[in-house]
Amino acid sequence: MNTKNKEAHSDVEELLPWHAAGTLSRSDARRVEDALAHDPELARRYALVRDELGETIHLNETLGAPSAHAMEKLFAKIDAEPARKPAVSLNLGARVAEFFASFSPRTLAYAGGAAVLAILLQAGFIAGVMLKETKTTGYQTASAPSTDPGIGAFTLIRFAPQATQDDVTKFLAANKLSIASGPMAGGLYKVRVAVTGLPKAELATIVKKLQEDKVVTFIATTE
Amino acid sequence: MQVLFARHHVRVYRFVLRLVRNEATAEDLISDVFLDIWRQAGKFEGRSQVSTWILSIARFKALSVLRRRPEEELDEETAERIEDQSDDPETALAKKDTGALLRQCLTALSAEHREIVDLVYYHEKSVEEVAGIVGIPEATVKTRMFYARKKLSELLKEQGIDRGWP
Repeated sequence: MNTKNKEAHSDVEELLPWHAAGTLSRSDARRVEDALAHDPELARRYALVRDELGETIHLNETLGAPSAHAMEKLFAKIDAEPARKPAVSLNLGARVAEFFASFSPRTLAYAGGAAVLAILLQAGFIAGVMLKETKTTGYQTASAPSTDPGIGAFTLIRFAPQATQDDVTKFLAANKLSIASGPMAGGLYKVRVAVTGLPKAELATIVKKLQEDKVVTFIATTE
Repeated sequence: MQVLFARHHVRVYRFVLRLVRNEATAEDLISDVFLDIWRQAGKFEGRSQVSTWILSIARFKALSVLRRRPEEELDEETAERIEDQSDDPETALAKKDTGALLRQCLTALSAEHREIVDLVYYHEKSVEEVAGIVGIPEATVKTRMFYARKKLSELLKEQGIDRGWP
């Protein structure tokens, strides 16, 4: 056996106690298994290791156990400890669980009932508000209140992403436009181009003119 | 705490008893160890097994006791070792049983070697866990275990059993 082999052998041999105890990683265990399969002397030494393992367990198991006095002493010491604040845990789940665990089952049942009642009341209130709003004002976008009375000539416009608020304001003022509603899906705005209805040809001309402005990326006529 | 104590106290007791070699001291130690665990419960980060964490606290406590132990007690320990190797009829009979002789030699190992042998074989700790408990590099864990086993073979040889290794 050359020096290199001796070193490798020694490395594997050092791992034999952990292999016998079953605490090696899968890759190391495979390495030891391979070496044992090909080296009868190593396998013989592994048998010695297994004897040591068995007798160490036997020796420790015959050491007995502490008397009940040890436990009494421990809990007497714990009782004598000054009351302390529980350690602050960063785990929110653990903290919530700990908080609820501090209540009695009866308290938890009452608290649960109250929580269900509160949720039902809140749901009823929200539903009531929504129904009332539907009756009075109709559908509204969440983004901005609609100023669209439905009279006039309109276009749908999508503004260029790089256009600033100032660019858009100047564009609207220069062309005497006003935003009726939006933004809608796709970033579209409904823009009033005239306070009265316009013939289709005239509206198309206005759309073509507005389309040339760099602030606009998309424009189309709409009702 | 009761569950933790019930689950681990016997093994912790045996670990410290093998180090301090005195049942009363070992019993005192385990209540101290579990009191520390109760105090430090919030500091346990779960990066190791609970048993590994407990054993490292137990080891620290046992070594503190050993450092405080008066010279007379250390002499008693030495005497105990000498008695272990005497040739009274009972021991002579035990010698016929290789297993009993091996156990006797395991008892005669130094505290440092006993500790590592117990952690690996009885407490089933990996190289990494032993390194964490004892506070030494993993490479040292492997070589210390190797030399503990070598010493065991030498002790057995002194008792007339040649294992053919090392």
